[in-house]
Order: sequence, then structure tokens, then C-alpha cells
Amino acid sequence: MANSKVSQDTGDLVLNRVSKFYGDFCAVDDLSLTVPDGSFFALLGPSGCGKTTTLRMIAGLEEPSQGTIHIGDNDITTQKPYRRNVNTVFQNYALFPHLTIFENIAFGLRRRGIKDVKTEVENALNLVELGHLAERKPGQLSGGQQQRIAVARAIVNRPEVLLLDEPLGALDLKLRRQMQIELKRIQMEVGITFIHVTHDQEEAMTMADTIAVMNQGKIEQMGSATELYEAPKTAFVANFLGQCNLIKAKVQSRAAGKAVVTAKGHTFEVPLSRVSTDSDSVLLGVRPEKLRLDDQGINSIKDCVVTDRSFVGTSTQYLVRTPWDLELVVFEQNDEGLHDLHVGDKVSLEWDAEHTFALDGAQDINAGADLEDEE
Amino acid sequence: MTTLSAPPMPSFTHRASRWISRNLIRIYAGVAFVYLFIPVAYTFAFSFNDSGKSNLVWQGFTLDNWKNPCGAPQVCSAVANSIQIGVLSTVIATILGTMIAFALGRHKFRGRTSTNLLIFLPMATPEVVLGASLLAMFLNLGVNPGFWTIVISHVMFCISFVVVTVKARIASLDPRLEQAAMDLYANEKDTFRYVTLPLVMPGIAGAALLAFSLSFDDFIITNFNSGIETTFPKFVYVSAARGIPAEANVIGSAMFFIALFIVVIGQVVARQRKKS
Amino acid sequence: MAFLHGATRTHSGPRSGIKSRSITPYLLLAPGMIWLITFFIIPIFSLASTSTMVRPEGAQIGTYVQELRFQNYVDAFVANQEQYVRSFVYAGIATLLALAIAFPLAYTIAFKAGKYRNVLLVLVVAPFFTSFLLRTVAWTQILGDDGPIVSTLKLLPFFDDSLRLTATPFAVVSGLTYNFLPFMTLPLYASLERIDPRTLEAAGDLYANGFTTFKKVTVPLAMPGIVAGTLLTFIPAAGDYINATLLGNPSTKMIGNVIESRFFAVVDYPTAAALSFTLMATILIVVTLYIRKSGTDELV
Repeated sequence: MANSKVSQDTGDLVLNRVSKFYGDFCAVDDLSLTVPDGSFFALLGPSGCGKTTTLRMIAGLEEPSQGTIHIGDNDITTQKPYRRNVNTVFQNYALFPHLTIFENIAFGLRRRGIKDVKTEVENALNLVELGHLAERKPGQLSGGQQQRIAVARAIVNRPEVLLLDEPLGALDLKLRRQMQIELKRIQMEVGITFIHVTHDQEEAMTMADTIAVMNQGKIEQMGSATELYEAPKTAFVANFLGQCNLIKAKVQSRAAGKAVVTAKGHTFEVPLSRVSTDSDSVLLGVRPEKLRLDDQGINSIKDCVVTDRSFVGTSTQYLVRTPWDLELVVFEQNDEGLHDLHVGDKVSLEWDAEHTFALDGAQDINAGADLEDEE
Repeated sequence: MTTLSAPPMPSFTHRASRWISRNLIRIYAGVAFVYLFIPVAYTFAFSFNDSGKSNLVWQGFTLDNWKNPCGAPQVCSAVANSIQIGVLSTVIATILGTMIAFALGRHKFRGRTSTNLLIFLPMATPEVVLGASLLAMFLNLGVNPGFWTIVISHVMFCISFVVVTVKARIASLDPRLEQAAMDLYANEKDTFRYVTLPLVMPGIAGAALLAFSLSFDDFIITNFNSGIETTFPKFVYVSAARGIPAEANVIGSAMFFIALFIVVIGQVVARQRKKS
Repeated sequence: MAFLHGATRTHSGPRSGIKSRSITPYLLLAPGMIWLITFFIIPIFSLASTSTMVRPEGAQIGTYVQELRFQNYVDAFVANQEQYVRSFVYAGIATLLALAIAFPLAYTIAFKAGKYRNVLLVLVVAPFFTSFLLRTVAWTQILGDDGPIVSTLKLLPFFDDSLRLTATPFAVVSGLTYNFLPFMTLPLYASLERIDPRTLEAAGDLYANGFTTFKKVTVPLAMPGIVAGTLLTFIPAAGDYINATLLGNPSTKMIGNVIESRFFAVVDYPTAAALSFTLMATILIVVTLYIRKSGTDELV
């Protein structure tokens, strides 16, 4: 396995103020980004957010309209794709249908004039555990197998950066879970920088060390899965990663490490560290599983009504309407202390201050919600 | 007649009519196929006719025509001419047409619309006009029609068909395959050589077969531009009045089976490649 | 919306990968285009030029000089309007007949053939492999006065001895229909094959009976194939003269026959050229109108 440790410690991938225009349409908008060497990095966003364009610019398949791209000290902005040490696992794999699996994997090695193709290819095949398929043609392989071959074909070249363009999009759910673990294992083994483009937030969260959430050509927020989920900085991130309750509110005071806000006559507290705006108009956020159907806490809303209930196995999801007709989502774990409420029941809601966050109130409260999950 | 055997009769006709109405379209298609093959079968059958000079009525069975297809005067020289012309025209038209198809399918350039129009026009022009106009030019230039004028005319009308066939193949290529090649350190030249060309090859081969069969079978344009040169279709046309010799039927039937053989082999190979 | 943009653009053809604003495309185009210009476009102009020539008095047969005599067109048309009109009528009837035969055929191959689809497709093309002329000659003999069909029909009480099938308009139109049938079938098949059979089922589910489904779903979806097929049949049929020669009689002559005989038998190049030019112009106009009307641009 020492043989497949291929990282060359060549440095971070840096995108500096990169933009890409197609006519009047701005696909990527003044984007700056540093991907640390050896990390598993995910670009997450709905389709059309510019993540694939960003990836293609790193691969050299598109040229930025503005800005520069570096790997370490090496400026690769206008370098041809075949001159840069970056390889891609394409969406739908793009395996060469006329070549055997062996020749597919050997393709890059042969083009670079490497002598001992056989050992390298065999190592790569073993890494993805498909050594027995070398003489087949891509058309005879299952989707999951093709996916691994696509990874092997890229990794065998020991690139400085490996780009994965929705690599699991074509697989069914079960296989996708399996491949997520598999890809993570491979990344750990080879230590190459992986940049994974996906629209699937769960996939990004399970796999990546760092996630950049993209929207309309810009990065909304970057951080670990926990950071993004627990402390989103924008309404888009709050809504796009998991579900979120957002309430329009006004800041009354900021003192002693906490902010006091009011909404429709109710008063709530938020730790100042979790307020990401100086504006007094805010969106108060809390995740559904943080809400409790009780009325003990500092942050609470009384006189609510259950409008919908659905049982989803590990939890029960309620839709609860506040006195001012806002619908909030509540997840309640299916364990002891279950309330077993029904539609029409009166109920109170409460949650902890440290689970609350406040975002700039000028944003669209629905940004990032209800984006169709296609592809 | 009275008790047991009575019901089957109406039931049989009933069932038959139901079968017919359900399979009407298949029956119709079957009849259409028979219609398509009648003259082919006739040509094949009469290649065994012990005809002597005129092959108009059935005289008796013989294998002589198949044993000696060059027996009738001029048949084989006409076929040889047609093959030479066919091969030459195919090679030239396939090369020129494939180049155009790549320009159209893989490059951006000014004048694309007029190029497409220039490709489309010869296909939308009746052969008689193509033949007559080319002859008019040769006459105005004082060129004597012959072997080379036939080749020139065949290349001219085959190019468009080659372009259309190859272009369709190029268009159906996933552009990501070429991108993948470039991503894997293949420069433009290597990408073309190792990925694009092999993948487009079946289209080029198909276009070449089409060009050859168009050339081999062409009569009208050839007739205008051949002068005293003979081709197989021209030979058939000229001798049609007094009944074509049975040897021509042999050639025609042989061509049929050779072409069928090539197509079947092609299909089998393609299927096996998929399977194994 | 933006996301539609991103998805389509990244996969679209020439944009990505090999880009070129260089001279490469022109180098690729040049040889073929020069060939087409030299041996197609220039000849058309040559034809136009010939069409207004006049034979000087007392000059040798086949010698013509340019006098820009556009009256040639009028003369040629007046003298041959019968054949001219007949060409379009015959070609039109043959096209409709071919459509009537080819549609069920293509439909069967596309939807009813199952695993025999490829075999049937080969069978549609296979008659092509025998020379076009040989097949037409075969028809003249099958339909001939001593041929099997006529002799059989004569045994029936309602036909007398004067029955003939060859040398009739019927024979010419059948010949044209037969010859161009595969040109109709293949494009029809190509567009029928692309139809998802579930759309037809959906139509049935939405209360359309067989005929309505056919009219409202199958035919509109097959339109590109119908347009391509009818053009591929009509254009060569209108200019054909082989069927009229082999299967017809002097009163079934088509414009192709006239052009051919003006060139070779009469050596009247200007008339032949004028007729050719008129034929081409008429067909181009008909084709353009037809494409406009059917709203299909993707022919090539």
C-alpha cells in the first residue's frame, strides 16, 4: 500500500477572484477559495450554482474570464488540461467505450510516456478492488464498477488534485452510501486533495472535511459540516442544509454576551456569538430537532396548534402553527417522553438560547428551501 | 353435426377474424416485405434460367450462368468499371466528406450556414439536373466525358451523404470522452488519434459503404457523364430492351448476397462485442 | 433560470474541449467544398448559361452561342408542359402511396418487432443491394404482357386479352413507389423509434382511442420522419426517367425523359438546360414551402 501513497505535498489549491461569464450570464462570481493540500473538500450547491463550472476551470476544461488559479506556486490558470497535474472523475464516468478497462486506466500513463504501465495499472485496480476486470470493456460493467474504474483511471496518474463531478449521481441510494465510504477510504490511503462537487448535502456532509456552499456563483459559507449545520451564516445555508425554522425578529438589546430579540410580542435570547449581523432586523433560526414541545425555557412560544403530523421511524415530525400563523417544523425523537400529539392539539414550543442563531433580516427567508433535487 | 361438433365452426372463424384484426398491422407489413422482395427473388430465379440470348421467359434450370458469369459479352468489363469507379469515388468522397463533417461537428467558424446549405443542396436536387448541369459544364469546357468524369460526378453526389452520416456519429459522441482524454494528458492530436477517431470510425465505415453502393448503383448521373464508358447499371439499361442476359442477374444476385453478408457479419460482430 | 443554463451548457458540443477559431476548420472544409463548388455550383451556372444559348443559323449540330434568349424557357415549358405537370403528379401519387405502405411497415418495425427489429431493418434495406435497374427490369418482366401476373389475370372472366400492365401510368407510378420505398421507410422508422411507447399508452389512458392516439400523438411525433421521407421520395421521383422509360409508354413520359432525349437524341442543349433549371427551381420552391409549412428545420 505504500506504493499507492502518491501525494506529492505540492501545496494548496488557490482560486483568487475567479469569475466566469457566458455572455451576460455570470456562472462564477468573483470567487476566492483555498483548498488545503490533502484535504477532502466539497463544493455543495443546487444545480446552476456554478460549482461544476468552478470544477471545470480547475480541470482546465474552461478558462476563467477573470482571476487566477494556483497549485502551490504554480499558476495553472491558462494551462491546457493535459499539462496540469489535475485529474477528473467525470459525471457518468466518461470511460472510453472502445478501450478495455486496463487500457482506460493506462491511458494517462501512456500519454505521459511512463514505462512500467502494467504495475501501476494493477496497483490502481487493486486499490479499487477490481483487479479481475482488467480485460473487460466499460459497457460490460455495472454502474458501481464503472465508478470505481473512473476513480482508478484518475488516481493512477497521482494528480496533485482529484476532481469529482457528481461522481455518485448515477448510482442508487444503497450503492451511493457504500461508495461514499469507499471514496473516503481511498482518499485517506492516497492522501491526494479531493474536490468533490455535489448537490447532495448529505453526501457532502458525510464525506468532506470542509464544505463550501455555493449559490449563484458565490460561496455562501465555508466550514466543517457541523459548523455549517449548527451555525449557518445565511438563510440559504440554513435552508439548504437540512431543514430550518426562521422567524423574522427585531433586536432590542445587545449586552452581556447575549442579544434580546422580539417577534410578534414574544421575546427570545440569542448568544451574541451566534448573531451574524449588525442589523437590528434579523432572522431568528432554530433547527427542528432543537425544538421541544414544552413551555419551560427562556425561548418559548405558547398557544400553538398542531397542523400536521407524520411518523418517520426514528422521529415524529410535527407542523406547528404559531399564534401569528407561521408554520414551524418540529422533530421529536421516538423514545420515552413522546407526546403523541394529533392535528388540532394545543401545544407550546421552547428551545435553548444556545441553539438559536440570528441572521441578517434583509435576506429572503425562503432562500435555499424547496430547491428541486434533480440530477 | 348436431350436438358436439357444432360450436367449433363459428368459434374458429371468430377466432381467426380476431387474430387478423389484432395482427392487421403485422400482416400489412408482411405483405409490404413480399412486395419489396418480389423483383429481387425474380432476378435471383432468372439467374438460373437456361435462357440463351433473351432472358425474358423461363426456359429451364441451369447453373451455367453462375459458373461463368462473364459469359455474356461486356458484363464483366462493365462490372469491373463500376467497381473501379466505386472504389475511387468512395475513397475520395469519404476523405473529403469526413473532413467536412469534423469541421462542422468539432469547430466553430464563420460560414457554417452556407456550408450546411452547400451540403444539403445536392441531395435536394434531382439526379437528372445534377447530371445535366455537369455535362453542360463539360461540354462548355470541351471536355470529353469518360471514366474520370464519372468519378468526378460520383464523388460530388456522395460527399453530402458521407458528411451527413459521419456528422451524425460525431454529434452522438459524448463530449466528455474527449475532455476525459485531455484531462488524462492527451494533447489535441493524441485525443483525436486515440479517442475521437476510433469512436467515429464505425460512422466513417458506414458512410464509405453507403458511398460505394450509391456509386455502384448510380445510373442517371453516370449516363449523362460517361460518354462511351460503360458501367454495370448502364449496361443493364442498354440491354433492357431485348432482355438482359442471365449473367447480369447472376452479378446482381451475387452483389445482393455479398452486401447482405457484410451487413449480417457487421451486426453479429457488433452484438458479440457487446456480449463478450 | 440560471440552473438550466449551467446544466445544458457544460455538456454542449463544440463549445468545450477542442475549441478553435483558427484556420483548421477552413483547411478541413476546403477540399470538399472546392469539389462541390467546382462540380456542383459552377455546373449549375453553366446550365443556366447554356439555357439561354441559341444555335446560329447554319451552324453544326451541337454548336451554340450565348444570346441570353430567355424565350427558351417559355418555349421549353410550352412544348413540354404536359410532361412537366405529369412528373409532379406521378411523383406526388408515388410519394403518397409510399407513405401509405411505409408507415405501417416502419411502425411494425419500431413497435411490434421485438427482438427481430434489426433483422427487419436489414430486410428493408436489402432490396437496395440488388441494382436499382435490375429490379426495375424485373418489374417490367413480372408485369409484362407474357409475365405471370397478366397471364393469370387473363384467365379470370372480367379481363379480356387486351389487358396490359406495363406501358401504363399504373406501372410507372408503381415503379416509382417501389423504388423509393426504403427512402420513405428509414426516416419514418428513425423518428418512430424515438417515440417512447409509454406516451402512446398515456394517450390511451387519457381516453384517446386507437385512431385519436394515432392522429394526435403518433403522427405529430413522427413528423420529422414524414417530412424527410416524403422529400427523399418526391425529389428523386420527380426527376426520374428510368421508370417511365422501362415501365411506361410515350404518353407517360416525364420531364426527365425529355431532358435526357433533348441532350442525347435531339442534341438541343438549351432546351434541356432550361427544363433542368426550371425543374430544380420548382423543386427547391416546393421543398422550401413544404419545410416551412411542416415546421421542421432539422433535415440535414
